[in-house]
Amino acid sequence: PPAHSHSDWIGPPDKHSNLRPVIFYVPPEESALERRLREARQEAQASNQRFWARHNRAFRQEKEEFIYSRLKAKGLEMKDESGQKATLNAEEMADFYKDFLSKNLKKHLQYNRDWYKRNFRITFLMGQVALVRALRWLRWRKKKVEQ
Amino acid sequence: GLFVWRLRNTGISQIPCRFVHLYHMANNRLITFQYFNFLKRMYVTQCNKDLSQRAKPKSDSIVSPFHELQQLDQEKKVVLKISPVSPVHQSRTETSSRNELRELKSAAETEASVIPVGADSKEDRQWKEMKLRLDDLPGILARLSKIKLTALVVSTTSAGFAMAPVPFELTCFLLASLGTGLASCAANSINQFFEVPFDSNMNRTKNRPLVRGQISPLLAVCFAASCGIPGIALLTLGVNPLTGALGAFNIFLYTCCYTPLKRMSIANTWVGAVVGAIPPVMGWTAATGSLDAGALLLGGILYSWQFPHFNALSWGLREDYSRGGYCMMSVTHPGLCRRVALRHCLALIGLSAVAPALDITTWTFPVISLPINLYISYLGFRFYRDADRSSSRKLFFCSLWHLPMLLLVMFTCKKSVLEKEDKGDLPGGSHETAMEMRLP
Repeated sequence: PPAHSHSDWIGPPDKHSNLRPVIFYVPPEESALERRLREARQEAQASNQRFWARHNRAFRQEKEEFIYSRLKAKGLEMKDESGQKATLNAEEMADFYKDFLSKNLKKHLQYNRDWYKRNFRITFLMGQVALVRALRWLRWRKKKVEQ
Repeated sequence: GLFVWRLRNTGISQIPCRFVHLYHMANNRLITFQYFNFLKRMYVTQCNKDLSQRAKPKSDSIVSPFHELQQLDQEKKVVLKISPVSPVHQSRTETSSRNELRELKSAAETEASVIPVGADSKEDRQWKEMKLRLDDLPGILARLSKIKLTALVVSTTSAGFAMAPVPFELTCFLLASLGTGLASCAANSINQFFEVPFDSNMNRTKNRPLVRGQISPLLAVCFAASCGIPGIALLTLGVNPLTGALGAFNIFLYTCCYTPLKRMSIANTWVGAVVGAIPPVMGWTAATGSLDAGALLLGGILYSWQFPHFNALSWGLREDYSRGGYCMMSVTHPGLCRRVALRHCLALIGLSAVAPALDITTWTFPVISLPINLYISYLGFRFYRDADRSSSRKLFFCSLWHLPMLLLVMFTCKKSVLEKEDKGDLPGGSHETAMEMRLP
């Protein structure tokens, strides 16, 4: 993002977590409230990134292992004669999907709780910051009118 | 494998363009549906089962019966990068053969690369300033409120209104439709607000406004409040308190029950079905002011419809659900998934037969609707037996035209108010009033 910009910038989805990273703008006269908001957003972003990157990596890895073991059981190799990777059809993968979901359910429940809490907190802080800014602007307007 | 059911027009955010593109869609069924709807003005709620969100009208339907599935959306085909040999490409036309091929290839992704959620357009790869542009706002809000889904919800409500055995009042009808539409916008926005990281990880939903940072969460919540509060107030004060209460309850059910439940237990599907069933009930209570058997029957028909619709759709989205952490029957209890779909297809036949008994329609309705109900039950049975992609697709696409047709037939077979007058069923109806009453 350009150096002169006064707003946050959001980027393309991350390769691992599929989440879009945000670069937060730090205004020179940032109030304590605004700093709390920014830090909350940064922390949430980092935590989300960690969770999803790890989760997606685990998914990919376990999927490969599953395919490998299934192919081996069937007596096939990972690559057939033409060099193409061998695949399993959707019905065979269904077992893996079911398994993966149930294994990770507890992790998801914990993450959901965390995410909801963070989301509410950030939105509430945003509301406070917006309110303070609005009041400040009104006071500035009043001063302008009086001048 | 990843399978996108619809094509989405991601680049263009103007609503008028969307409809233009809709008409050019290659999918005949969708064109027919759209055309049919446009002609008859009987829209069916599209159940969009949200992969990530099950917004039921008022918010999506199961996994969004109404939610997520937006029949009218054109989605960019998302293709998993399967191997360096076959390059990922985007195409706006959907052909089933290509899908099957892609699906086969992508079924087992063994590449060392990460899991890309979809093909990245050049625009996607750029950094964007997070500043709200006013001229983008209508499009952004439209996507935030899932405007097409909302339109379908409103259509279902008007179907309920139309089926009520009272003379048609235009102002009441318009107020009820507007109130329901606003409530639906509110519920959908809150749903998206809750589901940002999950939406990012699923192909169907990764282009939502909050995911892309086009609007701040605060603004989304404010928008939801500014739609929901006037909407419910309009229903309570402008129509009747019962309709308002139902609307508020539906918003609550969708945002606070269905959305979190999606990630906790498969019970979300049933909750979502109720969310989808309430709008026609609201239409009926708006017209009559009371919750009688006819309202419940209409709600029951929509409730049952959700299951074949959603379960069939979710069959092809198992990978995304599994990775995203969504508890859906198709992943955890596949047998149950198919049984429930079939069960409710058959229930539709039964419910259609009950309609004349409740004086809502004439006896012709079960007779005329029997072919389409039997057909969907047959596809439901095939899905139950075969449990594969093609049968689930067939069932899903059938459900898309089945509901509008069923509602239309129901409307044409509606027992006229005049008939009831003659039979002396309606209390205090004078002969002159009977003559003045028109068939709705």
